[in-house]
Amino acid sequence: MTGLDDFPLWAAILVSLLLLAGSALTLLGTIGLVRFKSFYERVHAPTLGTTCGAGGILIASMLFFSVLQSRLALHELLITLFVTVTTPVTLMLLARAAIYRDRTEGKAKIPGFQNDVPPSSAMASDARPDDPG
Amino acid sequence: MRRVLPYPLLTASLILMWLLLNSFSLGHLLLGAIFAYGASWAMTALQPAKPRIRRWDMIPRLFFVVLGDIFRSNIAVAGIILQGKRRARTPGFVIIPLQLRDRTGLAVLACILTATPGTAWIEYHADNGRLLIHVLDLVDEQAWIELIRDRYARMLSEIFE
Amino acid sequence: MSATILLWSLTLSQWMLVAAMGCAAFRVIGGPRAQDRVLGLDALYVAAMLLILTFGIRSGSTIYFEAALVIALLAFVSTAALAKFLMRGEVIE
Repeated sequence: MTGLDDFPLWAAILVSLLLLAGSALTLLGTIGLVRFKSFYERVHAPTLGTTCGAGGILIASMLFFSVLQSRLALHELLITLFVTVTTPVTLMLLARAAIYRDRTEGKAKIPGFQNDVPPSSAMASDARPDDPG
Repeated sequence: MRRVLPYPLLTASLILMWLLLNSFSLGHLLLGAIFAYGASWAMTALQPAKPRIRRWDMIPRLFFVVLGDIFRSNIAVAGIILQGKRRARTPGFVIIPLQLRDRTGLAVLACILTATPGTAWIEYHADNGRLLIHVLDLVDEQAWIELIRDRYARMLSEIFE
Repeated sequence: MSATILLWSLTLSQWMLVAAMGCAAFRVIGGPRAQDRVLGLDALYVAAMLLILTFGIRSGSTIYFEAALVIALLAFVSTAALAKFLMRGEVIE
């Protein structure tokens, strides 16, 4: 952290604000992970950290290195893209796994599709819960 | 064109990724182009279903709508977590009938819904077009159904179908 | 002046990210079910990746970026594999 005294003040303030906002949102997301009562509520919590939390810190990092090296540093965009594309996929996989486990144990009250569809198609859709739709 | 370069978009984005990871120079551009070309041929061996994008001009609009929604729902969910038990809150499942049948459009819709804090995609049945989502703060079930149908599904079916 | 601002905000945000990792680790250890643990692990990975990025800003070197990219890749692969394992009981079929 030496040699930063000629770092412009506006950039320092902006980087600091983005860093603090990003890490605060990530912390709030994990607090939600601890606080929420059921698994399906907890699925929502980490998305705070992976959208605006990660976004804030990655933009801060981009801004910092762009100002420090006085050229555009955009490689953090790759992580942003990667995180925003992959976390929905993992969360969806997890939610499907959880609902499959809960249904086979008959534990949680999860609405199926049986309510207002003809019984034949409802049975057909229940027969293969891992249908890649 | 298709014979020489099977996936032009994939090749271009791979070259861009290579240049972002390394610094820009002519050598890196050539090396990245060689790798991207090889990777796009490797992709043909997998034979993925090719998405057909009909409306390119809608994509930036969808992107900014989603960005704004993610920002707003971040603030809303942060408020819910901060308030804790002081406010009564009813999480719940919502079943949404969808007209959108395009696989790529459904995949994009799944990513949008799950990436937005407050809604999570649980499962979709292709044979009756019904989607099950979980909502963190469920006030009005009908409002959620209309929101997702009118805000995202319509735009996605315009882009892909 | 700007160095002081950056240093203090970096320290504060690093402590917040460490606290976030602690909360995620609580969920990994506390369960109660396997899917909660996997979800906690995913959040732990993301918080660790962000912490490494803040270390990169602190030291002013871009080497940390590669480490963060690798952690993000590992987070995706491991969570996807674990979710698949929870669903089917095996990863490779």
